Amino acid sequence: MMDLLRRYGVSAAEGGPRGPSAGPPRSAGSCEVTMAVPGAHDIDRFELANGITLLVRENHANPAVVMTGYLQVGAYDESPQKAGLADFVADGLMRGTERQSFDAIYEALESVGASMGVSGGTHATGFGGRCLSEDVPMLLETLAEVLREPSFPGDEIEKLRGEILADLAERTHDTSRMASLAFYELAYPEGHPYAISASGYPETIKAIDRDDLVGFHREGYGSEGMTMVVVGAVDAELLGARVERVLGDWRGQTFAREPLPETRQLTEVRERRVTVEDKTQSNIVLGYPGPARTDPGFLDARVCNTILGVFGLMGRLGEKVRDEQGLAYTSYSSLSGGPGPGPWRVVAGVDPVNEEKAIGSIRAEIRRMCDELVGEDELRDSQAYLTGSMPLQLETNSGVARTILSMERYGLGLDYLERYRELIEGVTAEDVRRAARRWLDPDAYALAVAGPPEA
Amino acid sequence: MRSVNDGVVEKTLSNGLSVLVKEIHTAPVASFWVWYRVGSRNEHIGVTGISHWVEHMLFKGTSRFPKGAAEKAIAREGGVFNGATSHDFTAYFATLPTDRIDLSLEIEADRMGNAAFAPEEVEAERTVIISERQGAENSPEFLLEEEVMGASLRVHPYGSPTVGHLCDLKAITREQLYDHYRTYYVPNNALAVAVGDFEAEAMVEAIERHFGGVPAGDEVPEVTAVEPPQRGERRVMVCRQGLVPYLTVAFHAPPVRDRDFFGLTVLNAILTGASSMTFMGSGLTNKSCRLYQALVGKGLAVDVSGFLLPSIDPYPYTLSVVVRPDRDPDGVEEALDRELERVMSDAVHQDEVDKAIKQAKAQYAYSKESVTGQALWLGFGEIFADQGWAEAYLDNLGAVTVEDVRRAARTYLAASNRTVGWYLPVGSGAA
Repeated sequence: MMDLLRRYGVSAAEGGPRGPSAGPPRSAGSCEVTMAVPGAHDIDRFELANGITLLVRENHANPAVVMTGYLQVGAYDESPQKAGLADFVADGLMRGTERQSFDAIYEALESVGASMGVSGGTHATGFGGRCLSEDVPMLLETLAEVLREPSFPGDEIEKLRGEILADLAERTHDTSRMASLAFYELAYPEGHPYAISASGYPETIKAIDRDDLVGFHREGYGSEGMTMVVVGAVDAELLGARVERVLGDWRGQTFAREPLPETRQLTEVRERRVTVEDKTQSNIVLGYPGPARTDPGFLDARVCNTILGVFGLMGRLGEKVRDEQGLAYTSYSSLSGGPGPGPWRVVAGVDPVNEEKAIGSIRAEIRRMCDELVGEDELRDSQAYLTGSMPLQLETNSGVARTILSMERYGLGLDYLERYRELIEGVTAEDVRRAARRWLDPDAYALAVAGPPEA
Repeated sequence: MRSVNDGVVEKTLSNGLSVLVKEIHTAPVASFWVWYRVGSRNEHIGVTGISHWVEHMLFKGTSRFPKGAAEKAIAREGGVFNGATSHDFTAYFATLPTDRIDLSLEIEADRMGNAAFAPEEVEAERTVIISERQGAENSPEFLLEEEVMGASLRVHPYGSPTVGHLCDLKAITREQLYDHYRTYYVPNNALAVAVGDFEAEAMVEAIERHFGGVPAGDEVPEVTAVEPPQRGERRVMVCRQGLVPYLTVAFHAPPVRDRDFFGLTVLNAILTGASSMTFMGSGLTNKSCRLYQALVGKGLAVDVSGFLLPSIDPYPYTLSVVVRPDRDPDGVEEALDRELERVMSDAVHQDEVDKAIKQAKAQYAYSKESVTGQALWLGFGEIFADQGWAEAYLDNLGAVTVEDVRRAARTYLAASNRTVGWYLPVGSGAA
């Protein structure tokens, strides 16, 4: 929202990401909360014979429909010499198919106000789309076509390469992206997929040819493990039949994967400062490899992170770094919680003269999380926030779809939202400190700063 | 209290506060907004950024809700709580489980008149706001847009950025901030909007209970600035280290009440794709629009976008292009000019107009999925025009003809009506 606001000439008082992905509703005092939390009772789950899982939740309040999902292929499956290949393939899928040109695909989507996109990630390749209910058949056919029969036309691929290279050129002058890039290299061991940019580097993008794209698609795109969620004005049974029709006879192939290299907690300070000329602000990323979403301690870490850098106006970090010291417009923490040990990090933007001071206060807050038990009030506030914000997360079709996808992806169970409140309220101050001590350390961390030359 | 179309209940309280309320029962949540008719439009050189700074100060406490208490109370209930400052308005909103929405009425009624503006808080916020501006300065697009708007509008206050100029952010005093607050934060200059899972009549009563006692203020000063006609093309340049050139072209354009606004909205969709009218984004692609085809499709650029801001006074319409680093900027500008010439000389096709209208209908449906989005739409129309504007939005767009689009193109896209801005990279860049 922040970027859109800025584009619009609007500035918001608060920055930073907010909130968890899901939680059940609070039992209400004065008024009755009757909204059905998405769960086994109203989510239709289909398993196709070829390994595709489809989840559907009907919502007929509005004519809109959203679709989201992923395939089990990503940067994980590419070699470091061809970094960016999985992303390049994902971007290339919609550039033309055996049946339709790039122009025809987008004309069909955009002329009815529909949208669709495919984007690469490290573990998986995500796809998503939205349309009005009458255009659902077209959206599904387009999805099936681009996943199954992309043609990677040579001229379109060269244009796409030019766009990727331009984006990488923009990255070298973007302090926030440069700080993030350096952070991943510092926080993960050399050669770990997380230490390599999934977008690639100019030299690796230049080294990828059309055969690489065609080969990666042939060997890595398949139905096994594909998961999709549709939410909105649809009939679940009809939709299930439609998906069966367009994707039921697809197999393709998927890569066999080695387990991720082991990630150890950091035992020393690993830091780097990247100079970006002609900038007025420095971006700081200080963090650690964090818990996987499936780690039994994940919710302890989520409560800990909420206290540290989310609750109210960016938690304790917002209070100290922004509010009391006036050092930064943003300073917050975030926990990625994906399929692997994604980062747990603190992000801040500061005047270059205040870099050291800000890093000092960030470390002091981390030390406090590790040394002291959080107060009962503070714990209860953050728990209330995590459980109470659920109705808002589920306000839109896309919020519901994201939540269902996450429940399926991490094996949380379709009754997860009904259990969520109890799970969060079961987290104690000791659990929070244990999570802090397990994943955070004020004296051993990865620190990347990108900004103008030091004064 | 009267019911108007689309289930909206409207009332003006005796202190002048306008109230719009709408029931929606799709989720057990409610969204409450207070809009003030003040923004960078009401500023002048010396105090640019003051409306935005005042917005920040409203999060710094009252005697009833000391600093931090309001956001913590909302967060405890799982709500979202934020404020935003734009050219024509400053808005505050909270979305909460319905049974706790009263909390946000209490907070907003309190800070309509009781914000403390403690001197030490003003000073702490000065550095935060300067930091916000410095963060924006790291972005090439911000630097370019600031130059282009400043050149396009040399008289009207819209020409200064909402965040303010650095010298003003260093100089504005606590007294100036407090005066600005007392002048514009009065019920007769505000609009309260509630949408959600409640009974409309009970909500109007609750708003009256909380806000009815806030005394009316003097009439707010009128904005008299009128941008003089432009007599020829203007050009500006920003040169910084980097690798990627950016082009932004700004054209003087009609305000939201003008009949040409809808023709220009359709023209913008034809040139640069469908975009969301409100500041909640659309997420739609624009790969089939004319300028994408001509610039990105031909390998000259990597991105193209258009932006038409609904505004009270005329605000420039902008076209922005991110140029491929290996292409000649002059060639890109020529290609853009050829497309603009084409849309001015030849009629657009009926199916292009139809497509823009269908896109707008879909966008409208998406933007109204959430109660927050519905509340935004209600307040939004009222700020720029009247309550009927948001309601008639789709009908007005649907009535746009090929001739309306051509007239909009010929009236607004002429070279003499524009400011061309280039961000040109120099040097080799990053270490």
